[in-house]
This record gives sequence, structure tokens and C-alpha cells, in this order.
Amino acid sequence: MCMRVTDHVILGQDVDPKMIEITVDGQKIPAKEGEPILAALLAQEIMVNRYTVKRNEPRGLFCGIGQCTDCAMIVDGRANVRTCITPAVEGMIVETQYGYGGADDVK
Amino acid sequence: MLNKQLLIVGAGPAGLAASIEAKKAGVKDVLVVDINMKPGGQLFKQIHKFFGSSAHRAGVRGMDTGAAMLKEAEELGVEIWLNTACVGFFDERVACIEKGMPDGSKQIVYMKAEKIIIATGGQENVVRFKGWTTPGVMGAGAAQTMINVNKVKPGNKIVMLGTGNVGLIVSYQLMQAGCDVVCLVEAAPGIGGYGVHASKISRAGVPIYTKHTIKEVKGNGPNGRVSEVTIVEIDPKFQHIEGTEKTFEADTVTLAAGLKPVSDLVRLQDIELVFNGPFGGWVPTHNEKMETTCPGIYVAGDTTGVEEANTALEEGRVAGVSAAEALGAISAADAEAWRAEIWTRLDGLRMGPFGEKRAIAKKEVMDAFPGVAEA
Repeated sequence: MCMRVTDHVILGQDVDPKMIEITVDGQKIPAKEGEPILAALLAQEIMVNRYTVKRNEPRGLFCGIGQCTDCAMIVDGRANVRTCITPAVEGMIVETQYGYGGADDVK
Repeated sequence: MLNKQLLIVGAGPAGLAASIEAKKAGVKDVLVVDINMKPGGQLFKQIHKFFGSSAHRAGVRGMDTGAAMLKEAEELGVEIWLNTACVGFFDERVACIEKGMPDGSKQIVYMKAEKIIIATGGQENVVRFKGWTTPGVMGAGAAQTMINVNKVKPGNKIVMLGTGNVGLIVSYQLMQAGCDVVCLVEAAPGIGGYGVHASKISRAGVPIYTKHTIKEVKGNGPNGRVSEVTIVEIDPKFQHIEGTEKTFEADTVTLAAGLKPVSDLVRLQDIELVFNGPFGGWVPTHNEKMETTCPGIYVAGDTTGVEEANTALEEGRVAGVSAAEALGAISAADAEAWRAEIWTRLDGLRMGPFGEKRAIAKKEVMDAFPGVAEA
């Protein structure tokens, strides 16, 4: 189910948003150009962004404004990118982050 | 190293208002930095009309206030760097800034600022219960950002913890976005926010459980997402009353348990702080110019104590005028008169049954001010 709000009582409808494609863990998903990566993920009901260092527990959206780092993922090879404040760009490669996101941090 | 007359950290209502006022007062070189992708702080997710008198933009939606301020700042030539974090200061107001570049990369910039205004806002409080880290448990503000700014639902079936104005308003806005709000849960014996907001929730047929809290959240949904929420009645000492549990199917829990000031940058400086409960924790003391104990560093907005957007905006104006005065852009007498006008409006915002507590808290914070340290 797509989680986008397409017709809002106050905000109205989106006027022709430019749609792009990003790749998340090997799957291509649509995104609105410039929206936070996290929003594109939520639209597809992808809630888990990373797994913790010590206990390998899932984490997802928590503060939504760049403060808490729970939504950190690997973006275009860079680890610890806060997806709630990073805009989606055509062709971006996004990966779930395990631990610190380094080569030694395996699933 | 770059030089700036005035560096403002935070492009929310306080920071933007400060930049506008400083520019109007004749400061040439005003830079605002913000970690977010867009300026405006939390104003753009406030899609409801604010209360108050017409002098305080009552009846205007927060997002429209944000748009108007942004336009004014741009017209006045305020420079704004987005995706940019001020990570700390060296002595003599040298800021270390991680600047967001157009290609998405970051560049470290050192900047000597003659005056600095810190307006870094607030941060949501967390409530810890069994399962509070389960994906799908989030701040009410996070949910609000998703529905109102990004227009995407954080989930379908939502339990809201907290019935202050944030809890009530965000619950209603979640319904406007098409989410099913299962119930609201409140530890206190009564609803925390305005009756006018609470009645919207009640009219929609959504139950509000006072004297209750969340006992446990289970994460048996897809990839460990929230699947059910158990609430429990609590006694006057906030202890769970066994046997009163109720369990709801839900995929999202939103926490609206107040906010605390974001004071990281303030703490990095030799600025005197004071603890203030109603304001959400440790806050910098300041004088009527919004200047801290550290010369040349000013504060404004939720960083100085959590209140609301219009108050933040007016405090930002005070800080902007004061910085302009200190930079020699306007005379002391003109600045004094300008500030007096703003303080009258601030006093107006801190009246009434809800505002009075904030007036007392602000007085405590300012009474604790020992004076600006020798430069």
C-alpha cells in the first residue's frame, strides 16, 4: 500500500511532482525529487533504516528533524547519512546500515 | 578564514526573525545556517491556525507565517546556508561550520563572527516503556513532519501518548492525513491541552484515556515493526495498576511528552545555564537584550526555554535588534525603544492560564542572569 497523502483537506493536491528512482537494498523505488530519502522509504512502508551496533536491533524514523540519528543509512557508499534530512536524488543507492556501516559490520 | 558581522544558528522562527530585524536595523552582513534541507524550522508543519490576538498573527496558519518570513528575509538579502551544521566554536567567536555544498558533499569552514545568535530550537522528549525503541515508535513531531511537510503517512493505526497541545493537534492532523488514530493516552488526571483541540478529537469518536500510560509495545509487525500496544491505568504515584491493561492493534506510537531546549552549542561556550522545569531543562540565562553571559553571543526561541512559535519569533527580533545595536548599526536609544515595543508583545503572549507559567519561568531565567562577562 502506498502511504502517500495524495489529496489533503488543507494542503490540497501535489501539482505534478517530479518523480525519480532510487535503489534501496537492490530494489528500485519511486521518490519525489528533493524529498527526504526517508519519506520515499515510508511511502513504500519501509520502516527500518538501520540495525544497532551491540544488539543488532532495528531502528527507524524517530525525530524526523536530524537530531536523533535513528534513520541513518548508507547512501552512495557513505555510512551514517541521516535520511530524514538528506534529499533524494535520481539514481541514489541507499542501503540498510548494520552497526557503524563499515566493511567489518556485517549482517 | 571567513568574516561575518552576524552569524545566526537556526533558521526557525527565532533565527529568521533575528535575521530580518538585524537587516532592517542596517546590519549588512547576516548569515543564517541550518542543518535542515529547508528553512523555517518547525513552522511549515504547523498547518493549523494559531491562537492569540491579531498582533500575534492569530488565525494565520504557521506555514503561512513561515512563508512570509522567508520571503521577507530573502528580500532583505539575508544569506541562508542549508544542510549546514555549526559544530562548535573556538575562542573569540570563531565558528566551525560544516557547510552543505550543492553536490551534497560537506565542507568545513571556519568563520570569525562579530556577533552570534544561537536559535537552535527544541527537541522532543522521550518516554521509556518496554519496547520503546521498536520501529514505529516515534516523536509526535516526527509524524507531523511526515504528514504535513512530506505528505506521507508514518503508519496506518496510531496510538498517541500525551494530550498536550502537540498530542491533540497532531492526532487531529493525522486524521486529516487519513490515518486511523486508535486512542490518546495521558498520564495526568486531565487533558493537558486546550479544550477546543480536545473536543475535535472527541467529536471524531477517538477515546482519550487519562490516568493511563503505555505498558508495552510489541514489535511483531513486518521487519519488527510495532504490532500492538498495551496501555495500563496508573495510580496517583504513576505506578501501573495490575489488571487494568488494554491492548490495541497498532503499527505506530507517537510520543507527545513535551520538548526540551536544544542547548548543545550553548553548552560548548562559557555560558551560564540555569535549570528550569517548565521550560524543559537547562537553559542559558540572558538579559533583556537576549545576550548571554558570554559577550557577543545571544540566544532566542526554544533554546532559551520551550514555549511556542510566536514567542520564539519575538525573542528572535529582540536578539536581532540587540546584535545590530552592538554592531553599531543603530543607536542605543533606538534599540531600546524597538526592544520595548517587542517586549510588550512578548508580555502579551505570556498571559492567561497557560501563558502565566511561562511568564514566571522567563522571569526566573532572567533573574538568574549575573551580567555579561568581561570580554
